[in-house]
Amino acid sequence: MSKSTHVVGIDLGTTNSAIAAVDVAGGEKAAIEHVPIPQVVAPGEVDPRPTLPSFLLLPTALEVPPEAMMLPWSGGAQPGYVVGEMARERGSELPDRLVSSAKSWLSFGGVDRTAGILPWRGAEGDDEEADDTGARVSPVEASARYLAHLRATWDQAHPDAPLGEQEVLLTVPASFDAVARELTVTAARQAGLEKLTLLEEPQAAFYSFLARAGDSWRKQLRPGDVVVVIDVGGGTCDFSLIAVSEQEGNLALERVAVGDHILLGGDNMDLTLAHAVTQKLAADGQKLKSSQYRGLVHACRRAKETLLSEKPPKSATITVLGGGSKIIGGTLKSKIDREEVEKLLVDGFAPAVAADSAPRVQRALGLRELGLPYATDPAVTRHLAAFLARHGRRPTAILFNGGVMKGGLLRRRIAEVVSSWYGGEEVRVLEGTDLDLAVAHGAAYYGLVRHGRGIRIRGGTARAYYIGVESAMPAIPGFAPPVKALCVAPFGMEEGTRVEVPGQELGLLVGEPTEFRFFASSSRKKDRPGQVVDPEEEELQELAPVLADLPAGDRPEAAGQLVPVTLAAHVTEIGTLELWSSASDGRGRWKLEYSLREGGGEQ
Amino acid sequence: MSRFILAFACFFKLLFTGKLPAAAAARLPEAKKPEARALPEPKKEPEPEKKKPVVEVKPVVKPSGDLAAHHRDGALALLALLQREGRLVDFLRESLDSYQDADIGVAVRDIHRGCKKVIEEHFVLEAVMPGEEDTRVKVPAGFDPGEVRLIGKISGEPPFTGTLRHHGWRVTEVKLPTLTEGVDRRVLAPAEVEIASA
Repeated sequence: MSKSTHVVGIDLGTTNSAIAAVDVAGGEKAAIEHVPIPQVVAPGEVDPRPTLPSFLLLPTALEVPPEAMMLPWSGGAQPGYVVGEMARERGSELPDRLVSSAKSWLSFGGVDRTAGILPWRGAEGDDEEADDTGARVSPVEASARYLAHLRATWDQAHPDAPLGEQEVLLTVPASFDAVARELTVTAARQAGLEKLTLLEEPQAAFYSFLARAGDSWRKQLRPGDVVVVIDVGGGTCDFSLIAVSEQEGNLALERVAVGDHILLGGDNMDLTLAHAVTQKLAADGQKLKSSQYRGLVHACRRAKETLLSEKPPKSATITVLGGGSKIIGGTLKSKIDREEVEKLLVDGFAPAVAADSAPRVQRALGLRELGLPYATDPAVTRHLAAFLARHGRRPTAILFNGGVMKGGLLRRRIAEVVSSWYGGEEVRVLEGTDLDLAVAHGAAYYGLVRHGRGIRIRGGTARAYYIGVESAMPAIPGFAPPVKALCVAPFGMEEGTRVEVPGQELGLLVGEPTEFRFFASSSRKKDRPGQVVDPEEEELQELAPVLADLPAGDRPEAAGQLVPVTLAAHVTEIGTLELWSSASDGRGRWKLEYSLREGGGEQ
Repeated sequence: MSRFILAFACFFKLLFTGKLPAAAAARLPEAKKPEARALPEPKKEPEPEKKKPVVEVKPVVKPSGDLAAHHRDGALALLALLQREGRLVDFLRESLDSYQDADIGVAVRDIHRGCKKVIEEHFVLEAVMPGEEDTRVKVPAGFDPGEVRLIGKISGEPPFTGTLRHHGWRVTEVKLPTLTEGVDRRVLAPAEVEIASA
């Protein structure tokens, strides 16, 4: 007997993935639990870890014997690849076989994201094509394999409640565009996750904060607060602004702005330290062997965590054991002082900058190797300043997320810099989340909220949406025909629901490129679908238009013509508004898609 | 530190040879029944023959080949783990003669951290007799001599009062990794050969 008994939050991270779950059948008191993930940690050795490193290793049989990558539940099958800790560790020695940052590739429009392009070999890959026998996968396939692993481990632990039948909340960066979201859904479906809802990571982190704060959230937050979520992970950095309000006792959150997906994170810091230590070692006449480099990066990560903590020691010792079997003889030793770390990491990654500073852009060469668009300016604070300046909303509180933010010194510095931008007035830092696991935890909590548990959060769209309809009237030179706004989705329309738009037939232009205009209002709460308003006079905001070339399809004779249609709107669970136009005579159906999360709040 | 090493030495000697180090064993009263305080079974894939050893307590009977291999693999996996995380085998196999104490100290900090991580992640340890060492403690009537070792001149019946010299260690939980088939566990660490790119 299998049934849906759990709400499961999955954080599919760029460098680490995590699961949290709650047994909704287990009564009101059931707690959200973090789910450990068994994975191959060494050849033939499977052990649970708190997270699944998002790495996929595709070795040849000469590099890693296939039996070394078997999973106990695979029934002796040899998949020929491995994900998780062993993939990350062994993969650092086999960089050409290692898929990393698949999620960043998923959101990178510069490549075909469904083609087998990973491990990325850049321009040189093509030259070696002849003797290159290694397997490659698409960013979607890599993501699907991480999710399939999570599903397999879950199913092992919960044979009566397989993950495919549970309610899954999968998080994506708020900066993901509609395509990246769709591809994430494709990967999840490929991994067998059926009951899926996407949730944005900063929102999930926020829910985690709310879950931990409980009813005391009112002590830390007030209606009218604008919270900037600063999420710095291993390889990426995301900012968003969330506005908090209270309506009839319900907490209402609205994501009002999203920054770009910046490829900059904690790994950059570890490499910075490793680079500095390598130079020190060289100056001391100690030579680092390439087999010791990984040990050095690990040692630097530990030193970083120690020296950035709230009460750091004066210095940390860096030891790298000998690479060969003679470890004492080969041991390298160095030291990093607190001041050095402050200079390299705090000043390097979070310098005190002015509110109007912008990330430095390195002069680009005319020709450049294609690859992920890594940030050229390491200063998180400059990226943040540019983000806040662009959106013009003043944050009143900060919520940190991501493992890097465990460094108390970094948190304090960023908070100080942000408050300096607003005349030194303190910007509150919201406390109490587990920076590594908050996203998965918050996603599970959001699932509970949808079941009516926990704190009351208003659901549904935070705005009413309208589409622009051109009036039929005689042409007047110099005047564009006026546009009316037709309400297609009312305020508070629940995700996953559908409405028919009543009223007269409209003419839809098919067979040639055309523009569709969208409007939104957060104050017109009474408009019903079919209502027509004047966008000039009412409190409507125009959103980014959608350019579409709807195929004439079944009716080639209609190309460039208006086809009589009726409209229906569907607010999807992945945060898009689908507008379906059905030909009145039944010959043809067209879909326009609008990302509410992307265009919905930028103004 | 020396106590840690002693505990460590006992642990491994016991694990790999089934005997305590000679010095420790000399002070050990005769164990009543080796099977009496068996550790919790390590988590393993279910195996039909698993029940067998529990029934056969006669020490003269050799365990079946499978079981011996099973035990051997478990011990090797733990050793491999200590080598991987803490480079323990490298360390113990290296001669310390030519190094200064300071050089050894530097390396030992790292080895200690790695091995400690293995012990903490895979075993839950607690003191048999919690309490400050070198303070007076009471050994109650009906105590288990396997748990509390009395040292010195003992006369009369418990309860006894004495000085706690070592609080003892007990493993309350063992969380060993799952081992899959087909991997030669005797390879504790593979040889590493770096191929220079052409």
